[in-house]
Amino acid sequence: MMRLCAVLCSTALLAACAAPAARYAWGSYEEVIYASYASREDVPAEKQVEILEKDYQQARAANQHMPPGWHAHLGYLYYQLGRGDQARQELVTEKNEFPESAVFVNRLLANVKSP
Amino acid sequence: MKTLSRWMAAGLLASAALLGGCQTVKPYDYSNFRAHPPRSILVLPPLNESTAVEGTYGYLTTVTRPVAELGYYVFPVAVVDQFMKANGLPSAAEMQQAPLAKVAEITGADAVLFLDLKQYGSHFQVLSSVVSVEVTAKLVDTRSGMLLWEGHGAAQQGSGGSGSLLGDLISAALTQALNKHSDRAHQVSRLANANLFYARDTGLPYGPYSPKYEKSH
Repeated sequence: MMRLCAVLCSTALLAACAAPAARYAWGSYEEVIYASYASREDVPAEKQVEILEKDYQQARAANQHMPPGWHAHLGYLYYQLGRGDQARQELVTEKNEFPESAVFVNRLLANVKSP
Repeated sequence: MKTLSRWMAAGLLASAALLGGCQTVKPYDYSNFRAHPPRSILVLPPLNESTAVEGTYGYLTTVTRPVAELGYYVFPVAVVDQFMKANGLPSAAEMQQAPLAKVAEITGADAVLFLDLKQYGSHFQVLSSVVSVEVTAKLVDTRSGMLLWEGHGAAQQGSGGSGSLLGDLISAALTQALNKHSDRAHQVSRLANANLFYARDTGLPYGPYSPKYEKSH
């Protein structure tokens, strides 16, 4: 009985601060970043890219948008892996989808100069 | 009848207490916010006052989603973190002390979200352990330096909780890697964030990417 009450009570609590319906395809974006700090040896940059690329394919299939910062983050991972063309492409996508990112992304693009 | 009304009063009090988790009596004064409504928010790594070093990034990596879903552009937190580190600001404390004008010049952000992690992790009680996360937040306009919004969020979870809300959402490869290191506080952070950002009358208002944007102004 107490347990049931606890469950109901926490449901009520959560309902009192209802979250907006999801607008973006989050996939594992935040978890990939968390892993990159918490367990880098288990989830190297190549693996992070692989997971994010898979998320992207799923989102495209479902006609969903990636969250703000997502393309810039993937671009940054490509950059770390020396994949300059793909890095630039993702950074430009970020800027096109979210013009608010332009100042910062242009700064990053300046670092990813053509070889 | 007397007993019944007493029970009803108790029930009302109980629900009021429950709502209190998300609704404080006094609504936040949003006049500064309305004078400088931001489109883009730069989330800096939190100051970590907890005893858990992993709290800094365990918490930081739960903030993008709620803020972006409210309708703001949120800068990529890890890219910002790495960029700042590469430019002579190796710690959260140093990043948070960077002059706002400089931050605006480098990133173009309208506002910076300063976070202070008060608690992150488990403390043990007689028969169980409780995981707590507590955080305070300040949103500051980069041009005027004005405080646009501030809030407080906290959440706790007993050892009986499933804590697997997120488990379903992340890929098998990650689940495996994360289970080794993952702390439940990372997941409890999401509950604390719901209290912080989505609280009625005291939370962060909707941003320009939300269809509800104008309604909240």
